[in-house]
Amino acid sequence: MTSIGTGYDLSVSTYSPDGRVFQVEYAEKAVDNSGTAIGLRVKGGVVLAVEKIKHSRLLVPHSNRRIMTAGRHIGVASAGWMSDTRHLVKRTRDEASHYHGTYKANIPAKIIAERMGMYIQAYTLYSSVRPFGVSTILATVDVDGPQLYMIEPSGQYMGYRGCAAGKGKQAAKTEIEKLDLDNLSVRDALKEAARIIYAVHDETKDKLFELELSWVCAESNGLHTHVPQDVFDEAVEYAEKANDDDDDDEEMEDDDL
Amino acid sequence: MSTLKPGEVSMGTTIMAVEFDGGVVLGADSRTTTGAYIANRVTDKLTKVHDRIYCCRSGSAADTQAIADIVKYHLDMYTAQHGEAPTVKVAASLFQEICYQNKGGLMAGIIIAGYDERDGASVYDIPLGGSLHREPFSVGGSGSSYIYGYCDKVFRPDMTKEECVEFVKNTVSLAMTRDGSSGGVVRLAVIDKDGVERMFVPGNQLPVQYLG
Amino acid sequence: MDSITITLPHTVQRPTEMPSHGPTTRISQPMVTGTSVVAFKYKDGIMMAADCLASYGSMARFRDENRLMPVGNSTLLGMTGDTGDFQHMKHTLEDLLTREYDMDDGQNLGTRSIYRCISNMMYGRRTKVDPLWNSYVVGGIDNGEKVLGFVDYYGTTYQAATIATGFGGHLAQPILRKYVEGREDEITEEEAIKILDDCMRVLYYRDARSFNKLRRAKVTAAGVEISEPYALETNWDFAEFIVGYGS
Repeated sequence: MTSIGTGYDLSVSTYSPDGRVFQVEYAEKAVDNSGTAIGLRVKGGVVLAVEKIKHSRLLVPHSNRRIMTAGRHIGVASAGWMSDTRHLVKRTRDEASHYHGTYKANIPAKIIAERMGMYIQAYTLYSSVRPFGVSTILATVDVDGPQLYMIEPSGQYMGYRGCAAGKGKQAAKTEIEKLDLDNLSVRDALKEAARIIYAVHDETKDKLFELELSWVCAESNGLHTHVPQDVFDEAVEYAEKANDDDDDDEEMEDDDL
Repeated sequence: MSTLKPGEVSMGTTIMAVEFDGGVVLGADSRTTTGAYIANRVTDKLTKVHDRIYCCRSGSAADTQAIADIVKYHLDMYTAQHGEAPTVKVAASLFQEICYQNKGGLMAGIIIAGYDERDGASVYDIPLGGSLHREPFSVGGSGSSYIYGYCDKVFRPDMTKEECVEFVKNTVSLAMTRDGSSGGVVRLAVIDKDGVERMFVPGNQLPVQYLG
Repeated sequence: MDSITITLPHTVQRPTEMPSHGPTTRISQPMVTGTSVVAFKYKDGIMMAADCLASYGSMARFRDENRLMPVGNSTLLGMTGDTGDFQHMKHTLEDLLTREYDMDDGQNLGTRSIYRCISNMMYGRRTKVDPLWNSYVVGGIDNGEKVLGFVDYYGTTYQAATIATGFGGHLAQPILRKYVEGREDEITEEEAIKILDDCMRVLYYRDARSFNKLRRAKVTAAGVEISEPYALETNWDFAEFIVGYGS
């Protein structure tokens, strides 16, 4: 980055002469160092998948989850600083609870996305605070059907049919674009999500990782929950097989050469 | 539970709302009293809080106007934020929150009725304690106690719009003549997906009934 | 966070110089109320019943109310008293359960925890001289054990094999003592239903705030089940031969 040493990257309350806020871009860098997180919105629901990179074999399996639930019906998957994520998830839960307390109805996706977007954006305005080093993916089924949103560290939020964040996001987005999301079942979407996480995982850089898979759909009674073990195993089996086949193809190509 | 303060204006009132397939009919008398003096003989107790959501007010005129104003404000905010009209349930929940949290200081019995795209027609009642009840029809105010028997006998869940209008006219008229705190004219409002139609029966053209 | 702050314009509040009439009361009175809840332990778990009426004073105002609610998967809550306060309690518990769900830690709120939580809320509110005007019966199965407890608006609590609130305390409790006490692990579902219906029938005959449309609920190892409303058979035949009021 050309900004280093210019003094324009020291505070989030200072623009650079070409109109950038470098601290926000650095926060985005922090996200790019994280394991990949993806979300897929299909006809019957939404699925989330995360490549949780483990820095030690001593960690208890399923601990330090990177997909969490807010207000029963909202799934939050994130890429970036876990400590920031936990703060944002707490905020998401408080917003969902407060909305329900006022209107006695579940908060719609676009409202929770807007409120969280506004909250995150507020941390890009003041020199006394640091922007969140997190991209947040929100998955829910509301009165208008399945919804998927992603919020960046800048506070920018958009609705998606499929989205990705973290170190494998480019490769993941390429894979997601190949999917026929409008005609995929939720279970097939889970398999594809697992496949993509396995495909973008870089064995050479990060040896240990754990796949996290969750869904919101009719089968989960409209609630957000991590998928049952049998569904998980099925998705992993599919993912491993698909990636083995890819490897074989590559080897065959080598033979041809 | 507070009672009326000295000099406070009360709506001793008969109000009601009935659900039919695709809409609701609201009705009210028009009398406002301070003690036995009729402060206003042509009051409008059917108050708009959103395009297709109205409330019928009974109790203290001041309290119910203040509540309706606050709810109207919040429903306008809701519409701006959500980009769509609130449901009747959302409106009723806002009314309930105010009536329940301030039940010690308020004298308000409110019926909320209207139409929305999600739930269709619905009628909610919030009596004095601030509880919320959904009903196929609801009557309220001091006059209501005289006509529960009539309502239970005449009401059917499958009435047409026209039958509901007749039902409301008759019920409110009967209550008005037996309840000294109700009287004047009958005001009606019909709400369905196409909008709101307001109707009116003058005090000298009420349906015929036995008058002794 | 946007919040709906409910502040009334100052014109609506009581001017300080205005004389108050009568003693100053701080505690609100119950307005729309439900009558007795009857509950007891039986072989498979807990049985509970309550009618569908919410009275407005002596008027049978709302006749399709549900005063029994499940709290989580293995707990049942029965309510007597103010329905507005009950709806408030419902929303509080729903929020509590949502936050528990969100924790996703494999833990569930057991009946004992829910009972303790409700008890603390009730006592906390009475300590603020703003009690929730209810009596609650909390029943369920916690770690394979049957739990049945009572809380009132003072925050008084007790646990027992048979509990009846309100008028039920006078009319149903003696019946339950006779048929249930000491036999909690023997009574079959069929017998439990008969005992419950007998209690509710006596209450219908003798409690002027009761109604012959009620729901029955049970908590068993399979979970919570609340019945659709039903009516009891009643008998008035003997009245025909009663003439005059005695010599």
